[in-house]
Amino acid sequence: MATARELDPLADAQSIAFLVNGRKVVVTSSPSQRLSRVLRDELGLTGTKVGCDAGDCGACTILLDGDPVCACLMSAGQVEGCEVTTVEGLAHREAGIRLQRSFLEHGAAQCGACTPGMLVAATALIEKNPSPREDEVMDAIGGVLCRCTGYRKIIAAILDAGTLSPQQLSPAAGAAVGQRLIRLDGKRKAEGSEIFGADETPAGALAVRVIRCPHDRARFHFGDLAAFVRENPGIEAVFTAKDVPGKNCYGVIPRFADQPVFAETEARFRGEAVAAVVGEAAVIEALDPTRFPVTWQELPALREMDAALVSDATLVHANRAENVLVRGRVVRGDVEKALAAADMVVAGEYETGFVEHAYIEPEAGFARRVGDQIEVQACTQSPYMDRADVAAILGIAPEKVRIIPTAVGGGFGSKLDLSVQPFVAVAAWHLRKPVRMVYSRNESMVSTTKRHPARMRLRGGCSRDGKLVGLDLVADFNTGAYSSWGPTVAARVPVHGSGPYYVPHYRALTRAVHTNLVPAGAFRGFGVPQTTIAQEQLYDQLADRVGMDRLEFRILNALDNHTPTVTGQVLGEGVGIRACFEVLRPKWKGAREAAADFNSKASGPLRRGVGVAGMWYGCGNTSLPNPSTVRIGLKRDGRIALHQGAVDIGQGSNTIVTQICADALGAPMDRFDLVSGDTAITPDCGKTSASRQTFVTGKAAYMAGTQLRHAILALADACSCATVEFGDGAVVLREDGRSRTIALGELPLDQHGYVITSEATFDPPTSPLDENGQGTPYAVFGFGAHMAEIEIDTELGTVRVLKVTAAHDVGRAINPTLIEGQIEGGVAQGLGMALMEEFFPGKGENLHDYLIPSAGDIPPVESILIEDPSPIGPFGAKGIGEQAVIPTAPAILNALHDAVGVRLKKTPATPDRVRSAILAKRKGDARG
Amino acid sequence: MYIKPKTLDEAVLALATEPAQVLSGGTDFYPALGDRPVRGSVVDVSGLGELRGVATEADRIRIGGLTTWSEIIRTPLPRCLDALKATAREVGSVQIQNRGTVAGNLCNASPAADGVPPLLALDADVELVSKAGSRRMPLAEFIVGNRKTQRRADELLTAVLVPRVVESAASAFVKLGARRYLVISISMVAAAVLVDDTGRVADARVAVGSCSAAARRLRELERELVGAAVREGLGRRVRPEHLQPLSPIDDVRATAEYRMDASLTLVQRALNACIGVF
Repeated sequence: MATARELDPLADAQSIAFLVNGRKVVVTSSPSQRLSRVLRDELGLTGTKVGCDAGDCGACTILLDGDPVCACLMSAGQVEGCEVTTVEGLAHREAGIRLQRSFLEHGAAQCGACTPGMLVAATALIEKNPSPREDEVMDAIGGVLCRCTGYRKIIAAILDAGTLSPQQLSPAAGAAVGQRLIRLDGKRKAEGSEIFGADETPAGALAVRVIRCPHDRARFHFGDLAAFVRENPGIEAVFTAKDVPGKNCYGVIPRFADQPVFAETEARFRGEAVAAVVGEAAVIEALDPTRFPVTWQELPALREMDAALVSDATLVHANRAENVLVRGRVVRGDVEKALAAADMVVAGEYETGFVEHAYIEPEAGFARRVGDQIEVQACTQSPYMDRADVAAILGIAPEKVRIIPTAVGGGFGSKLDLSVQPFVAVAAWHLRKPVRMVYSRNESMVSTTKRHPARMRLRGGCSRDGKLVGLDLVADFNTGAYSSWGPTVAARVPVHGSGPYYVPHYRALTRAVHTNLVPAGAFRGFGVPQTTIAQEQLYDQLADRVGMDRLEFRILNALDNHTPTVTGQVLGEGVGIRACFEVLRPKWKGAREAAADFNSKASGPLRRGVGVAGMWYGCGNTSLPNPSTVRIGLKRDGRIALHQGAVDIGQGSNTIVTQICADALGAPMDRFDLVSGDTAITPDCGKTSASRQTFVTGKAAYMAGTQLRHAILALADACSCATVEFGDGAVVLREDGRSRTIALGELPLDQHGYVITSEATFDPPTSPLDENGQGTPYAVFGFGAHMAEIEIDTELGTVRVLKVTAAHDVGRAINPTLIEGQIEGGVAQGLGMALMEEFFPGKGENLHDYLIPSAGDIPPVESILIEDPSPIGPFGAKGIGEQAVIPTAPAILNALHDAVGVRLKKTPATPDRVRSAILAKRKGDARG
Repeated sequence: MYIKPKTLDEAVLALATEPAQVLSGGTDFYPALGDRPVRGSVVDVSGLGELRGVATEADRIRIGGLTTWSEIIRTPLPRCLDALKATAREVGSVQIQNRGTVAGNLCNASPAADGVPPLLALDADVELVSKAGSRRMPLAEFIVGNRKTQRRADELLTAVLVPRVVESAASAFVKLGARRYLVISISMVAAAVLVDDTGRVADARVAVGSCSAAARRLRELERELVGAAVREGLGRRVRPEHLQPLSPIDDVRATAEYRMDASLTLVQRALNACIGVF
């Protein structure tokens, strides 16, 4: 047992005096405490974010006597007598103010978790060097990781900090859509005042330490838990499976729910929770989990899909035969016959590994019990799904659960699943005290979902003149120990496996396979980025075999408004893929010539290559309902409340949905008061995933806005051609030169407290897929094509991406700056997936072994927005969130082949794999 | 117990009194804690100004143990330490360079410690001071394995001493990692080459990091290079058997096989960089 002294963090507390943001402070703290903790916990300066506690992410960057340092790597004792500047102090520094403005104008802040660190690091640079070069900017911010933006807008914002355009004004009524408006929540992000999961601590909150299984699979037995609680002052309780009041089972898809809050007798993956220790925060922090009374009996574990699929393999879940969670299938035409008759057939096998989301904000939140209700405030992408699961876990009605989403410091799919919520909810429910939990980076990486590792085998065929005739795809996905979004991956992939091309004969069979690894779940694209890596490389090979230009091959086969997709859907309108490829034509020609010229002159180890890849991606759930409901209310003061429950995870839905609603209603943006996701006050806008918020919630906001306009017109029996002006306390209706003012102050209020409430629900029109996967899985698809130009060092196998040109059909660009932000961020994640990102469970669950791209790895990205309107989306808009990530990796891998003639079976193309492929090719070439 | 001595004497007295962890820049100290608070006593040596900065003495250059990487970058140093400056720019990030110290890097003794190859290449010594007195030993002997050194618990690494015999040698450092910033190397090479008046190599030093438990010198290669005409480039003289002292492993960053292969290229490039051939 720990000694009392060890458990008392204030045992060696001292007074430590220093300057913070120009103010003298004296804190009482253990001098060995990390400075980041002192700033956040003692001084309330929560703008300094903690992303890793290891200097790997730089989110906690502060200025120490003017120099940038990581506050997580300094002791409180080391700051005595020094001057500290945090993001909250930038408003007092000229460079800081300029940078904050420039970040807003450039859209350089998305989720906002890295923004404080970026701004502080940039301030140090600009104060010493007001006109830096791009490489100097990169050096200055190289120590701060960003997972959302792809860095380019941050770099541009720093380079432009000296030249500011005039302050942006709210556009006139009806003119918001299409404008590069500053995001509505941007100021809070730039000031560091945004509240993320870990940024609030209720008074008297207890803390949780979850005891997790240290083996891939193990049975376990608890010792004397009551004695453990008794013997450890400050610990209030230990909770295990027995203490879950309702169902000890949850999951994002109710039909497949299988994950316990706490494993009961056997843990199925390394990192699975078996118990939660709850107590005073300082005691919990000092707790050594290896002293917790549990004994483990390690059991043989399944790590590979092949081992899980053998006929006598142990079942991870007894009710899932062959360890197959679910199968997916789309079949059209007769692929066997078509390939047998095809002029050219190419086969390929590709693999991808686990990819970690690596958002900068680890999961965090708290719960408190309010009578017979529970409130959970946490970072999440899916408040209403959280509500349903927490209610089931506690055995109470969903209406008794209030989910208050905080700002989300990056989600990318993983924050759709529960993380801290069940632990804090169960503990707060029993103890009737607020309970808070903040995941460490390690805990986040060990226990939360990943991108599915995939193994894909495919055969494709085309005619001599380059027309695709058939594609046969078999893909298995390692879904880990629990279902999470495995069924969605297995269902989405077959629908998308052809790419955005007309493929008359098609068969795609998928399986999500259980193993004893961390659950794989949703990650930007639900399996489609993996299969696109395979399919787009295969199409390059087909083009080469028939001697066609690789871009022209794609243009020839591109879907159009009238050709059926592999599910037999004819979209009729809004199929912008051909335009995406065609806009690349002159750039492709130029880039190919430049690369050929470089290579013909190259005497050293460097070679260049150019690759292209296409993409399509359905917006919203696959053939399943996924409605959004938006409520707007006209207030007596003439302002408009917009209740939109779409969680803005950095992508910009707060701003986009308001822009759409404003133009539908005909009111200026600055008349709106945004009421964001909270299950007590906003209707259900579904989850922030599947690239659905602009399309689905945007459409609901469009409908609600239009309805409200009509309701206002009806107040005065005005015709639909009348204009409505929103004044203070009144609306003015103008029609045929006449005007009528309706004072709002006297009008009665409805049940929501508004003069008029308008509520609208939109659910995309889809149809179920039949046994062959035929039907209408999505109402709207987004389309796009990326071209990557790369340079490879053939002696080292290192790849540098020189430029990515990204053409996307977004239907209608509601806010071009935010769309470019999605594209650039998608490119960065695609680049990471192509070149460096692979997560190995049990090895390197941190951000220095698991690498995501740094500022110096991302090339310039040229975004080209094609607007081929969707007939259904609001103002014609389509989704962009996932679309942006899909084509980058295959474009890079195709460029790699273009440069040096190698294709890797396994992605990512790390230097060792690339070099090994080059050497193998040389050997093969030498043998002839 | 958290002790923050103001002088070296106080510091070594504290270390002699009770076992304690030494904290300087904190860039290895805190990551090693994970999400646990500090346990046990800490001697925070960051206030010992006397251990900071670079001084040129009669036959050696003294780099104070608490000199940060940023200070290395800013300080004018002889040519043989160009490699160390280049290393300093590649350590982690600006944030790490501003806090991380030379002594901390050596005492942490990671196989991938950036600071080791350039100092090892120059036959640097380390100076260790305890209450009982001070001792010196070659850096090559100081680091005995993966995160293992000969530092006794009561000692501080107070300085690195670089002999001035090759101070006019050109030096270079190349680091290979899978991303641009904040990266632990897959392999790294520091080289120093002294060329005589006739354009031949008078002295050559090559050290490789991240490819064995501690960075290693390539002595056989160094011997063969002496007398070579630099006009023709030195890289082409490097052969796989010169890498025999290395014993790389497979890990999440790369395979052992690749490390050997890539190191050969890096050694060639570092040597050529020393003589201005790219």
